[in-house]
Amino acid sequence: MKQPSSRIKTLKIDGQDVGAHEDETVLEVARENGIFIPTLCELEGLSPHGGCRLCLVEVKGINKLLPACVTYVEEGMEVTTNSTRLQEYRRTILELIFSEGNHICSVCVANGHCDLQSLAQKLGMYHVSVPYRHPRRSVDASHERFALDRNRCILCTRCVRVCDEIEGAHTWDVSGRGIEAHIVTDLNQPWGESETCTSCGKCVNVCPTGALFEKGKAVAEMAKKRGFLPYLTLMREKRTR
Amino acid sequence: MLRNYKKPAPPSDDKRWRLVEATMRRHGHDPNALIEVLHTVQESFGYLEEEALQFVAASLSVPLSRVYGVATFYHFFNLKPQGEHSCVVCMGTACYIKGSGAIVEAIEQEFGVKPGETTPDNKFSLLSARCLGSCGLAPAAVLDNSVAGKLEPQQVVERIREWTK
Repeated sequence: MKQPSSRIKTLKIDGQDVGAHEDETVLEVARENGIFIPTLCELEGLSPHGGCRLCLVEVKGINKLLPACVTYVEEGMEVTTNSTRLQEYRRTILELIFSEGNHICSVCVANGHCDLQSLAQKLGMYHVSVPYRHPRRSVDASHERFALDRNRCILCTRCVRVCDEIEGAHTWDVSGRGIEAHIVTDLNQPWGESETCTSCGKCVNVCPTGALFEKGKAVAEMAKKRGFLPYLTLMREKRTR
Repeated sequence: MLRNYKKPAPPSDDKRWRLVEATMRRHGHDPNALIEVLHTVQESFGYLEEEALQFVAASLSVPLSRVYGVATFYHFFNLKPQGEHSCVVCMGTACYIKGSGAIVEAIEQEFGVKPGETTPDNKFSLLSARCLGSCGLAPAAVLDNSVAGKLEPQQVVERIREWTK
């Protein structure tokens, strides 16, 4: 739990005066004040990754855009979270994500429970203006309860972080680089043969898309259960105190 | 803490494992020494076999998937045994414009290997690099650890033909 800090910073987000502790990020402060900033790789309870770039915001006096999830508040900051430029950039980022993998909502197990899908709807991404890549990616269904379809993976690394930080097993990691990057279990062996995997299912529940899913469930039942994340974080903080 | 946790023994009595263990000792088996240790394995064995990755992971207390991620991220590491001779063709912007694609194609046609592959007789490996930093020599390639510049496809093919004789 955050210790009450003596250092309070005041800043402006979208013209609204807000106060924050110095160890808070722009994203956290915005959320506390009911200001929406889209995110995809970020998940409360996990360390920030800064990979999806959807939370980019404008800060007065700084030429480049800053990712709100890893930018800490500063005194007198003037943040804009929703300019026309940002909206356009965010839609483009989503278009690139859609075109990079094979995201076909109508045949996806996560249809209706997908963070990528709902964000595209919310931000008004109606079509993809760049050509689809249609990559050939592998599927791993060797685990008895879960399966991985890399075609739907957006490399947000939520599974990698939850497995490392919350479960402590670090079964997942990203292999390769650039366009060839993909997630692997242990030494790139089938998931079902992994000795480190505890089959806890945390990765499946934090996955924003249908890349990680539970076997034998219908599309309507694929809702992700994420309540464990704040619960476990809270319980552990109490124990260490 | 696991008080009775013992560091694993090397997978075989190959003397090269001593070099690997020496590197690990020098860094006090710090997980942060992963890249350094993998370097030693790569240099003494020529590639990183699965047993080596498992041994390094267990010795440094690093998760297997992270070791695999690091080993596949850097082009310096190979997971498969390499041929006796190697040719790294630069595919950086300058070299690409000056025709390094044609060099790769010529090698592919002549020896039937794509970048990252080794000929079945283990004589020759073809590799590609993003940029060698020798853009003034475009198109450039590293032929058995020495940089050669301003190459013609035929020139490279002949050099490799000598190796694979």
